[in-house]
Amino acid sequence: MIKFSMRIFSLIAISISVLFFGISSAFAENPTKVGFVYLTTPGDHGWTYAHELGKKMVEKRFGKDVKVSVVENVPEGPDATRVIRELAKQGNEIIFTTSFGYMEPTLKVAKEFPNVKFEHITGYKRSKNVATGNIRFYEGRYIQGVVAGLMTKTNKIGYIGAYPIAEVIMGINAFAQGLKSVNKDASISVIWANTWYDPVKEADAAKVHIAEGADVLAQHTDSPAMLQIAEKNGAMGFGQSTDMSAFAPKAQLFASINNWGPYYIKKIEELRNGKWNTGDSPNHWPGNVWGGIKSDMLVISKFQNMPANVAQKAQEALDGIKTGKINIFAGPLIDNTGKEIIPAGKALDDGALWGMNYYLQGVNGKVPG
Amino acid sequence: MEALILTIIATSIPLLLAAIGELIAEKSGILNLGVEGMMLSGAVGALGAVLWLENPYYGIIAGALSGVLMASIFSAFTINFMTNQVATGLGLTIFATGLTGLAGAPLVGKTIPSLPKIEIFLLSDIPLFGNILFKQDFVAYLSIAIIIFTSLFLKYSKSGIILRAVGDDHQSAHSVGYPVKKIRWYATCFGGMCAGIGGAYIPLVLTPHWSEGMTAGRGWIALALVVFASWIPWRIIVGALIFGGITIAQLVGQARGWAIPSQLLSMMPYIATIIALTMISGRLSKNNSVVPSSLGKPFFGSQ
Repeated sequence: MIKFSMRIFSLIAISISVLFFGISSAFAENPTKVGFVYLTTPGDHGWTYAHELGKKMVEKRFGKDVKVSVVENVPEGPDATRVIRELAKQGNEIIFTTSFGYMEPTLKVAKEFPNVKFEHITGYKRSKNVATGNIRFYEGRYIQGVVAGLMTKTNKIGYIGAYPIAEVIMGINAFAQGLKSVNKDASISVIWANTWYDPVKEADAAKVHIAEGADVLAQHTDSPAMLQIAEKNGAMGFGQSTDMSAFAPKAQLFASINNWGPYYIKKIEELRNGKWNTGDSPNHWPGNVWGGIKSDMLVISKFQNMPANVAQKAQEALDGIKTGKINIFAGPLIDNTGKEIIPAGKALDDGALWGMNYYLQGVNGKVPG
Repeated sequence: MEALILTIIATSIPLLLAAIGELIAEKSGILNLGVEGMMLSGAVGALGAVLWLENPYYGIIAGALSGVLMASIFSAFTINFMTNQVATGLGLTIFATGLTGLAGAPLVGKTIPSLPKIEIFLLSDIPLFGNILFKQDFVAYLSIAIIIFTSLFLKYSKSGIILRAVGDDHQSAHSVGYPVKKIRWYATCFGGMCAGIGGAYIPLVLTPHWSEGMTAGRGWIALALVVFASWIPWRIIVGALIFGGITIAQLVGQARGWAIPSQLLSMMPYIATIIALTMISGRLSKNNSVVPSSLGKPFFGSQ
């Protein structure tokens, strides 16, 4: 009899505790659920690593008020659709998809979940619940051009690009503008890796550039391989997405660092206050958030491995961009076949940057395709 | 020009090593599609060992051991438990990609000393090709030694002939009394060792850091190379140099602004493989000894 009542007692105790737990969790403060989709892992020490740092800033800023879920290594394409849909199903209220190739998958899933907000990084298509965010990477590349022009002895600059898309081409052209502003004799050779991430191929491209006489290298791919090759061969270069000086202490002149944190925080805050929106810029433009040096989304690391006068010129360029004194794509702009793109007194607008399919003066060859 | 040739050779070595290892495994009748995974574990093992022991040569050993470890897993499944080789190989690559990502996480952002070049006395002073042939790192010499060794082993040694027999007809080999499973274990582990060293070469020489998935598909090219070489060891050197050469040529072409689209040049190695495959299958009707006949088939006989 005693045993029996013990059993009853424990049963009641368990039911009460379960009930209580249920109630307590129902009454607890509801954290905002935030999802992230990564192309690779933070281990790339480049693009995705920069997003990871941004995510950490979110966690630090909001603490218990947000619950972050991350899916790494999501290939662009049908797999991405599945992953994004799964994140939406799990009740994430805002989902950041952090690669260009997630554009169509994001839009597709967004249609199925009209109450979930989506933020697509680097895309140009939006819908009612899909906003886009991007960084003005090209601003950093202008400063790279200035430094490269002053540092090169061979007047040959080697540039490694991922894919010939507007994003990358505007970076090359901004670099060329910076280069031209200090050195009219130097020119840029471009090698397309046709991949965002393949350390061996990036290293090979760097070796080829050096064998062809380049002494300053720049990249728009994701791994630190190029800088390591530069370090080994006495050439110089620039860090991509994150500070890569650990890989190339003697070769990195400076790094353009992607700082996604403030943008993430802003958008999550907007969502929490019910003010989230997709902005009002024209549809083909890169979206409501396109921040650069001024808004702290692009951070320029310390100038190093260069003489003081070069560092000073670099600082002037940096300040010029920050204050708006330097307009990188101000006319007269002439492409490398001699065709005038825009006359003096005018400047390219954001929309025109996203239509770039030509090289400006100072770049060799022509855009493939 | 010399710098470019050195780049081509360096690019070819991981392919060459992984391919020769796979060739031996396939000659014994084992199709291991886990080459990419074994290369990755070789890379992460090598990098970890060098960071720990601060000597790049330990990286070669660690790379080899990591590769063998992965190959043992594969052997246990396919040879002892008789699982499907294709599925297990793919599984091994997927497993190794995840495992190396996990194991490599603490290594991210660290860099290691490269494998030094070894100058061979006097020979390295020969003009034109002295620097190219006789001023290489240890692994480069090792890979040539492995090619010569496997070539002679398969053709002239008794063990080599037994290995081929096992790959061509495991039932007959078994009925004459050869330990089919044991031989396949050895061959697969040799393949793992070579793939491991090939993978180790990437952080040891090409790009001295760890990043996830850094082999970026070279294991798959190595698999294609075995077919391209039609299972003949010395042809792997030719194949690897052609692959490496075209890879570098298309980069040079871009830097110099040649009028050939880079995408077309990027396709060339694969087109070469398809042509090689077509030629092989065309020849098969006359002489079907090129492909090991038991390749990919599980062996059920007891030992």
